[in-house]
Amino acid sequence: MSAAPVKRRLEVVGKARRRVDGRAKVTGQLRFADDLALPRMLHCKLLRSPHPHALVESIDVEGARRHPGVHLVLTKQDFPVPFGIMPVSIDEFPLTDHARHVGDPVAAVIAVDEQTANDALGLIQVRFSPLKTISDPEDALRNPEPRIHDYGDQGNIHRNQSYEFGDVDEALARSDHVFEDVFFYQGNTHLPMEEQATLATVEGDGKLLVTSSTQNPHYLHRQLARVLQMPGSKIRVVATPNGGGFGGKCDPANHEMVVAKAALALGRPVKICLTREEVFYQHRGRHPVLMKLRTGVTKDGRLTGMHLQTLLDGGGYGSHGPASTFYTGVLTPVTYELPRFKFEACRTFTNKPACGPKRGHGTPQPRFGQEVQLDKIAERLNMDPAELRLGIVTKPDSLTANWLRIGTTGLAECIREVVARSEWKKRFRKLGQGKGVGLACSTYMCGAGLPIYWNKLPHSGVQLLLDRSGQVTVYCGATEIGQGSDDVLATIVAEVLGIDTGEVRCVTGDTGMTPVDLGSYSSRVTIMMGNAAMQAAERVKAQLAEAAAEQLEVLPAGLVFSNGKVFDPASSRSMAFLEAIQYAEAKFGTLGAVGSYTPPRPPGRYKGSGVGPSPAYSFSACVIEAEVDANTGWIHVPKIWIAHDIGRTLNPVLARGQVIGGVYMGLGETLMEEQAFRRLPEKLSQALVHRMPSMLEYKSLTALDMPEVDVALIEDPDPNCPFGAKEVGQGPLLPVMPALANAVYDAVGVRIDEIPVTPDKVLRALELKNSGKNPRIGPERFPSVPYPEPVFVVTPQEGGDGKETKREERKRAAAAVV
Amino acid sequence: MAAVPQRLHLKLTVNGEEAPVSFAPYKSLLEVLREDLGLTGTKHGCELGECGACTVLLDGEPVLSCLVLALECEGRRIETIEGLARGAGLHPLQAAFADLGGSQCGYCTPGVIMTAKALLDKNPDATKEEIRRATAGNLCRCTGYLQITEAIARAAGELREEAK
Repeated sequence: MSAAPVKRRLEVVGKARRRVDGRAKVTGQLRFADDLALPRMLHCKLLRSPHPHALVESIDVEGARRHPGVHLVLTKQDFPVPFGIMPVSIDEFPLTDHARHVGDPVAAVIAVDEQTANDALGLIQVRFSPLKTISDPEDALRNPEPRIHDYGDQGNIHRNQSYEFGDVDEALARSDHVFEDVFFYQGNTHLPMEEQATLATVEGDGKLLVTSSTQNPHYLHRQLARVLQMPGSKIRVVATPNGGGFGGKCDPANHEMVVAKAALALGRPVKICLTREEVFYQHRGRHPVLMKLRTGVTKDGRLTGMHLQTLLDGGGYGSHGPASTFYTGVLTPVTYELPRFKFEACRTFTNKPACGPKRGHGTPQPRFGQEVQLDKIAERLNMDPAELRLGIVTKPDSLTANWLRIGTTGLAECIREVVARSEWKKRFRKLGQGKGVGLACSTYMCGAGLPIYWNKLPHSGVQLLLDRSGQVTVYCGATEIGQGSDDVLATIVAEVLGIDTGEVRCVTGDTGMTPVDLGSYSSRVTIMMGNAAMQAAERVKAQLAEAAAEQLEVLPAGLVFSNGKVFDPASSRSMAFLEAIQYAEAKFGTLGAVGSYTPPRPPGRYKGSGVGPSPAYSFSACVIEAEVDANTGWIHVPKIWIAHDIGRTLNPVLARGQVIGGVYMGLGETLMEEQAFRRLPEKLSQALVHRMPSMLEYKSLTALDMPEVDVALIEDPDPNCPFGAKEVGQGPLLPVMPALANAVYDAVGVRIDEIPVTPDKVLRALELKNSGKNPRIGPERFPSVPYPEPVFVVTPQEGGDGKETKREERKRAAAAVV
Repeated sequence: MAAVPQRLHLKLTVNGEEAPVSFAPYKSLLEVLREDLGLTGTKHGCELGECGACTVLLDGEPVLSCLVLALECEGRRIETIEGLARGAGLHPLQAAFADLGGSQCGYCTPGVIMTAKALLDKNPDATKEEIRRATAGNLCRCTGYLQITEAIARAAGELREEAK
């Protein structure tokens, strides 16, 4: 007998509530990784390379080993097996003998306390043999040798790829206008407030327990098994609540491997907590990207095709780089109708800390480029930028040129909302006196359609247990990183069962206790964990309904679960939720259910079509007001309006917080945040070093800098999402950067075609303007990149089948038409 | 030269209670609170005085506990997040942070709440601008600060009501 199909109003979903983990956070009771301590615990410190690129000729650790209080010293020879988050980029050793950036760890000391471990680091003698430093992508293209890695597409190119969806040259040739722009987006870092920490120990049962500030305990679990050459069943990974992640704690990290190995070797707990400087070296943040967009448009403002080229500065390791490379292009056709699309991307290795996934993963860079270019297009065509965009937003239930399936979209409504709320039409090109407004839009995924390693397994699993005490416990491998993962889990279970979120206990992020969830990345948690939780809760509810119906002598299909009661509206008979549990436990035995979720199969069939598909896409639109001081170049932002297509809001307090937090991070990236490097003087080593590995020098916005943010949540429930709820963690960051750049143009008539948009750039552009030159600051050229022959795929609109069409087939088809 | 003692023994006053503790003399108040007294509610984000996460109150003044030597704190009044709740009930600041989204990951939360407490103890009528100014040294990467300011403003209102 199936569960009740009776519809009732939502009671938990959509209501503003204190998050389930809120109390622990405000009382200081929540335990982050570094808050944990165990008896006999030792401490670990890492010796990091002072050279950006060097081989370890020899390493003498005897002095450190003999130092009082030191228990263990580890080097590369203790770690023969490499690791990496992506199967195609297994390129890191926990401790290396080939340093690829300043800060790459080469040895580890485990001692009674941090002080002793630090002292002992100074006793390790390393003879480095420096190699030529590859400082940026053009340097990497010019210098195939020395290779930073012995794998990759060629020389110091890690990934090099080219895709063409329909004949783009032909589309551009028949366009009324072709716009060509080059943009640069500087790298920046996550800067989570919590520095990464890990505690490893061997538990009483002889198994390894690694407790860590990781966003992805599942992937860490797999990589630990690989590096330690142990079965996964002998390892338990617990992800502590992260003190901020933003993508920076997605990669399995050297320090996690090192303390795990040390704990196994010593049979004692070993902890490490990175210093703030080390967090900058762990990085995995936003890739610096140089990009060129050639876009064809009709005179009435429709896009005909785009040729997008990107060049990524990947840093010293692969990290998520293969995915990041795809993401600098693949979502571009999701926002606006783009009948044809050619996308070439190249990720280079350089001798800097590795870049990886940061909020928006690879997509903010081309989004910045396209949205600024659209602003230029609108001006040339004498169209309002909002109207131009409204004319080209993608349609619901459509396929993009690169075979991504769009389900619901609220983008047009988002645009209308921010236009209305900001009184855009009264302000745009009308404010004068150094004031302006800018508009931009964006798209993001609700979870990656495919897992990081290829498999056919569910992406998320949830287990639910209920017992006669009334206790409802939900287990899931998902990780609370501050985004509200636990609250989403409790909300969905509570809504289905008609109880309060306070009645639900969440046990999450523990590979030893919870079903696998792939982790807190790609904005996947609400959708994937949520759908799995919904399935488990519906299954339990069916059991409860059957038992309750029997007692109430009614039909189970008519029962309603609401406000802690199970009742039959037809007969007005009811019982408490607790009673229903007890009857069901008596009838069926121990009560519980599991649920799982696997995303739908994406429609693309070409190699590479696995990056970009998602069960749903979120959309955002943003208007920013900016005031620019022509004397100083200083940009003041009084107000930001943002509308986000969230599908359905689960908890408005948290949803609004995610939107404002995304806007904040985007604004910081736009105005000041830079993961930048400099060369030491020649008389020193000329090493490439981080310009500012501290929170004082790496500028971020404070409470005083934050503008007013007007948030509109647009609700159009998506059938693929639990209660229709889409992501909100990443999307709202994306339109901020271009909206600000467009606002600066409206204010003072200068184009800053690169991020960050800093006062010195504005001043230089104003000088150019005043001397009658092109008032633009940005990259002048895009270098020659040896992109490969494109994979050609016919678009859905032109009758394609989703598979690659080989060059010979295209020739034959063209000949047949003639 | 007199030998530097390995460990100091002294009595700190933390959250109104005497806490005898022994620690190495170079340790910061932050380290002693977290490592020797087990009060891990106080967090660290840099240990260089840059982020505000380790803020505690010393004689009612907000200080960065990573920059204060614990041995200087004998006989002074130390307040941490652990001492803020009113028995089983939350302090209005705590409740407001939890209810209004002032806390997301929660890592900066203890520091910013203690900063806010110091402000409201001195200036119960603090305006939003004064709240922003007082908390400008507490970095937060999640919230974008607006809900923090809103939470402090609500708590200020409740505390004023209580004082009536």
